[in-house]
Amino acid sequence: MAKIIVVTSGKGGVGKTTTSASISTGLAKHGHKTVVIDFDVGLRNLDLIMNCERRVVYDFVNVIQGEATLKQALIKDKRVETLYILPASQTRDKDALSLEGVGKVLSELAETFDYIICDSPAGIEHGALMAMHFADEAIIVTNPEISSVRDSDRILGILQSKSQRAKDGQEPVREHLLLTRYNPERVVRGEMLSVGDVEEILAIPLLGVIPESQAVLTASNQGVPVILDDSSDAGQAYEDAVARLLGEKREHRFLDTQKKGFFKRMFRG
Amino acid sequence: MSLLDYFRSKKPATASIAKERLQIIVAHERGRRDQPDYLPQLQQELIAVIRKYVQIDDDMVQVQLDKNDSCSVLELNVTLPED
Ligand SMILES: Nc1ncnc2c1ncn2[C@@H]1O[C@H](COP(=O)(O)OP(=O)(O)OP(=O)(O)O)[C@@H](O)[C@H]1O
Ligand SMILES: [Mg+2]
Repeated sequence: MAKIIVVTSGKGGVGKTTTSASISTGLAKHGHKTVVIDFDVGLRNLDLIMNCERRVVYDFVNVIQGEATLKQALIKDKRVETLYILPASQTRDKDALSLEGVGKVLSELAETFDYIICDSPAGIEHGALMAMHFADEAIIVTNPEISSVRDSDRILGILQSKSQRAKDGQEPVREHLLLTRYNPERVVRGEMLSVGDVEEILAIPLLGVIPESQAVLTASNQGVPVILDDSSDAGQAYEDAVARLLGEKREHRFLDTQKKGFFKRMFRG
Repeated sequence: MSLLDYFRSKKPATASIAKERLQIIVAHERGRRDQPDYLPQLQQELIAVIRKYVQIDDDMVQVQLDKNDSCSVLELNVTLPED
């Protein structure tokens, strides 16, 4: 049966789209048939990160409104077999997503896909609620920063009360914490909340820690999900997170400052 | 940054302040999350009634619903001003 995973955060700009692109690419690389859906209707960014912006003909809203079939709207990734993208509309607004319409598209996708990744827009309004409504699991993308952590806690509250699983009294949505843009040097200096701090406050299982990394920008410039840059720290951290999502036990990496960091700081002019 | 700056820059660890503030606000917001929607309105009306008899401030009335297995208890805490 297909698993629906929402990538959400409350706060904007914390790394949801970056994460959606890498997690979906990673799952597909492991051989799972995966589709990633851009719920950020009106903005559409996922297509750029996935390097398919010039291949968008129909979008999610077209499918919901019956103007195109799923088959027409789905874009097949050129790098990874079994990966598909369902882009967002740029011309409509988020209200074009109806609960009924989203539910219908998801259940049609569930017939053929193993994983459905929903890239949520920021906020706690309609678009974000639509993205999380049918989720089986949720990846809570959080930055080690005060307002991001607070927003993550609010999103957890909404998942626990408003999702379909909550309404049906089913087993609750499985929650995963993904801490991104982590900077161990600043943590050591006491300037940034540590992984332990954030875990203690949010009290949900840790899926991974993605370091603040140059590689993310370099990758997005080229339309490559950073997980495909397997020489980079962020790419490897995402690969670890995907393996954990699939049930593997892996040590968390990139949590400590590099040893040379101290000397670098000392001798830098 | 030079070696000297590195040892000189003993700024206070602001992360621990952030953590403390987060723990307080998150606990507060979680408590409120489980409360029924009518509670703020109920609190306002209770304050209005009590004010007919005693001068009190808004924050001197606390209303809270505690749910047990068998029943729910509405807890009302009113602090009266000293006279
Ligand atoms: N680990 C990281 N290291 C460095 N930069 C990062 C990292 N993760 C994300 N970024 C950068 O942060 C910015 C926002 O990322 P992204 O678009 O993924 O966030 P978002 O949560 O989807 O934003 P929105 O709320 O607007 O949808 C981008 O410029 C991205 O390159
Ligand atoms: Mg985004």
